[in-house]
Amino acid sequence: MTDQSYNFAYLDEQTKRMIRRAILKGIAVPGYQVPFASREMPMPYGWGTGGVQVTAACLVPEDRLKVIDQGADDTTNAVSIRKFFARTAGVATTERTDEATVIQTRHRIPETPLTPDQILVYQVPIPEPLRFLEPRESETRKMHELEEYGLMHVKLYEDIARHGQIATSYAYPVRVEGRYVMDPSPIPKFDNPKLSGCPAIQLFGAGREQRIYALPPWTEVVSLDFDDHPFEASKAAHDCDLCGAGHSYLDEVITDDQGTRMFVCSDTDFCAGRREAGHQGRLWASQPEAAE
Amino acid sequence: MTVMENISALNTPLLQVDGLTKRYGARIGCADVSFDLWPGEVLGIVGESGSGKSTLLSCLAGHQTPDLGRVRYEDRDVLAMAETERRRLSRTDWAYVHQNPRDWLRMGVSAGGNVGERLMAIGGRHYGQIRETATDWLGRVEIASDRIDDRPSAFSGGMQQRLQIARNLVTSPRLVFMDEPTGGLDVSVQARLLDLLRGLVRDLGLSVIIVTHDLAVVRLLAHRLMVMKSGRVVEQGLTDQVLDDPQHAYTQLLVSSVLQV
Repeated sequence: MTDQSYNFAYLDEQTKRMIRRAILKGIAVPGYQVPFASREMPMPYGWGTGGVQVTAACLVPEDRLKVIDQGADDTTNAVSIRKFFARTAGVATTERTDEATVIQTRHRIPETPLTPDQILVYQVPIPEPLRFLEPRESETRKMHELEEYGLMHVKLYEDIARHGQIATSYAYPVRVEGRYVMDPSPIPKFDNPKLSGCPAIQLFGAGREQRIYALPPWTEVVSLDFDDHPFEASKAAHDCDLCGAGHSYLDEVITDDQGTRMFVCSDTDFCAGRREAGHQGRLWASQPEAAE
Repeated sequence: MTVMENISALNTPLLQVDGLTKRYGARIGCADVSFDLWPGEVLGIVGESGSGKSTLLSCLAGHQTPDLGRVRYEDRDVLAMAETERRRLSRTDWAYVHQNPRDWLRMGVSAGGNVGERLMAIGGRHYGQIRETATDWLGRVEIASDRIDDRPSAFSGGMQQRLQIARNLVTSPRLVFMDEPTGGLDVSVQARLLDLLRGLVRDLGLSVIIVTHDLAVVRLLAHRLMVMKSGRVVEQGLTDQVLDDPQHAYTQLLVSSVLQV
């Protein structure tokens, strides 16, 4: 089979049209989960089938695509999706956040601030923030309809009762424009403040659950909390060992069997960019080749 | 505030029910039920299984839509209300104690979370205050405060029922619907629960509609009694009057069926 046997960006035009309608509706009603007829994609559920469909519906030939997985450009998921679109759409790809026009992401928001001409596409496993508290879809829809979100705070209450603080550290529920409670996909809660007032369009696609939702630019997004236990965007209390950044989200990497560990930026492009600009972290300065 | 003060303070009924009818196809759930419930009053509804007691109660609480009739709460038409408003009412002014607490408690959430849910649903956003109120209410229903972080699945049946009561009464409702609150409990636990309920009803000046088939329960709790048979009210009056001097043949049967120990 040759590459020409695919339509541009894999999906046929009618499917893209259907997805675009769902996206437009999602943008018109920020935070509302729009059902759509999710297609089977040539990858397993859980690998970003929803995000891929949204990306496919957004791409135009002039686009420059960046795909990240947990912040990294070079992990399996990111590499395979980037190749997929390079092949089926023939669009240019990049690893630089500031050069990209469409960014598909799994579980991170890039550290580099986004711009108004960018689209950020999230892969979402479970779009319903109330799902683990209320298993019935009919009931959760009713709760969204009637804005009955007390249950979401029950979850946070349980966290504090059990752990002394809000222990939810990713997929931290947010309220969009004072209306819909939304699952921001499993991004670390460190990234939650970046959702709010973002100049880029943010689109969320859940393939298996067949839902699309969206945040238009400059949408107000508030993380839920208690008055006496306010929301806190937490990260590891370290600097990046490669680029020395003290304000980026860090991954902890075990480096040997003795439990030696290092902390590195989870956003690889951000980290590389800082090193190019001459910033050096604890380990990069001493032995750059070991960190490579 | 005592019951008498409550009654004299308000000269309108809390709940007015007029000609309420619910059919299940050709069968009758309940037919042509009318009554007024006054503030601070406890109304018992008794009857055998299938007599329409629970249907009536769920129609009143808005869980089912009756086919005919009117239900007015404080001069507001409950049936014409928007669902948002009705659900808000059922979180604040109303409470519903179900027969089986396991179906209505959140079994995966701690006792404190269960009690606090209604507070958070009406906008409580201060963890310390919610926890304080929850502790207070657990105390009122005789659950030790060190059980606050335990899940209801670790509780006995009686404790679960008391937890359900605390969870419902935490927002200080004015009208409580109870559907067989003592069903499935053994007699000594029943007695304690009834004692507790009687105290709460008196202290908080609650209006209660209590559905049961246990005449001892209504004898202890209810001021007024309605006897239902085949979906219709066959007799109503003061509790002692109905139980001691039953007029309708079915009521006589019901009263005489109680085992004398």
